[in-house]
Amino acid sequence: MLGITPSQTVGPFYAYCLTPAKYKLHEIFTNNLIVQGIEGEKIRIEGRVLDGDNIGIPDAMVEIWQADTKGGFAHGRQHQGANTGFKGFGRVEPDHEGNYHFITIKPGRVKTPEGKLQAPHIDLAVFARGMLKHLVTRIYFGDEESNKDDPVLSQVPADRRDTLIAKPQSGNGGERVYRFDIRIQEGPEGPPETQFFEF
Amino acid sequence: MTMHFPRESAKVHPPSLFPYYTSTVKRAPKRPLVILPHTETELTGPAYGHEVVQPADSDLTTQHEGTPIGQRIIVSGRVLDEDGRRVPNTLIEIWQANAAGRYVHINDQHDAPLDPNFSGAGRVVTDDQGRYRFITIKPGAYSWQNHENAWRPAHIHFSLFGPSFLSRLVTQMYFPDDPLFDYDPMFTSVEPKARQRMVSRFSLDTTIPEWGLGFEWDIVLRGTNATPMEQ
Repeated sequence: MLGITPSQTVGPFYAYCLTPAKYKLHEIFTNNLIVQGIEGEKIRIEGRVLDGDNIGIPDAMVEIWQADTKGGFAHGRQHQGANTGFKGFGRVEPDHEGNYHFITIKPGRVKTPEGKLQAPHIDLAVFARGMLKHLVTRIYFGDEESNKDDPVLSQVPADRRDTLIAKPQSGNGGERVYRFDIRIQEGPEGPPETQFFEF
Repeated sequence: MTMHFPRESAKVHPPSLFPYYTSTVKRAPKRPLVILPHTETELTGPAYGHEVVQPADSDLTTQHEGTPIGQRIIVSGRVLDEDGRRVPNTLIEIWQANAAGRYVHINDQHDAPLDPNFSGAGRVVTDDQGRYRFITIKPGAYSWQNHENAWRPAHIHFSLFGPSFLSRLVTQMYFPDDPLFDYDPMFTSVEPKARQRMVSRFSLDTTIPEWGLGFEWDIVLRGTNATPMEQ
């Protein structure tokens, strides 16, 4: 067995490589996962990345990975069950106040290895200066009945589950909007920090 | 073939809170983490191969009209999993400071010159043997505000995907025998026995006569072969 290579921080200066819209390098990844011919409900997930002083983290980087509307993944070359060219992966650099958003489709349900259906969810990774390794969490959807039976959510302490729920916003037409703040650390009186996972 | 991802391996990563690196103090969770079961969402991952890179992306010395100032180097190696199997067709993204220790990022205010012939960003996809190769210039050390007279050892940032969401890795490659190692909060955040895994080695084999110095660095990602017994 080989020992794995340790993680190091993404640092403050990643953007000209990893999210280079403002620089010369062509962009591979964006915060818009929509592709032509995609099936499913188009949604927008928006929120802020916040530190322990409740201040936005502008030099964070957020990535998401999710199933398509049928619960399939665009994994490897097989595209197991995935429809169209949906990649299921997005990456974004927040703005100067730590605000971020993704445009995507609501994922379908995915089974556990034991065959139990999970509620729709998106895996999320957050990187930043000051983070020696990235943190991982999951986004669930506030208007999903199936959350109450979700085998992963049920392992999160009951009083912490709400930090994983994206809240539907009253819309003004267009795609459905969900709010999902990512609080890396809670302050003395601030809202609770997001529940992160050991993965 | 399926893979599995032993949690034990991930313990080599540095802690989220490492007060010597002052920015970790407000950017580390206080609550205990919950163990995430490895479902299909975690066991799959984004696949981006040769279609997303351009040939010039892996040569950081030819992205502008002129030649960048600095020591030309060839950085190469293999991407492996914990069983030593090669990881083919996986995207690597790199970024670095120029020879003077300055990043082109708009927020970098370090008092060192920009090089109009060097951006410092590159990409490559590993070949079917898991090999990669970049041509670049050796980055300079640079000073930062973490503590009095703080200087980062020369390094190149690496971002990798591997076979799943669980194998995702962002790290830094260092150069052999850097005198700044012992003073660096990031390098020393890793336990001593694993620090050398982040250090490349000089290689006369990959050095090109009268042209550039070779450094080799193998990267090991999470993931082992799952035998039927382990599934």
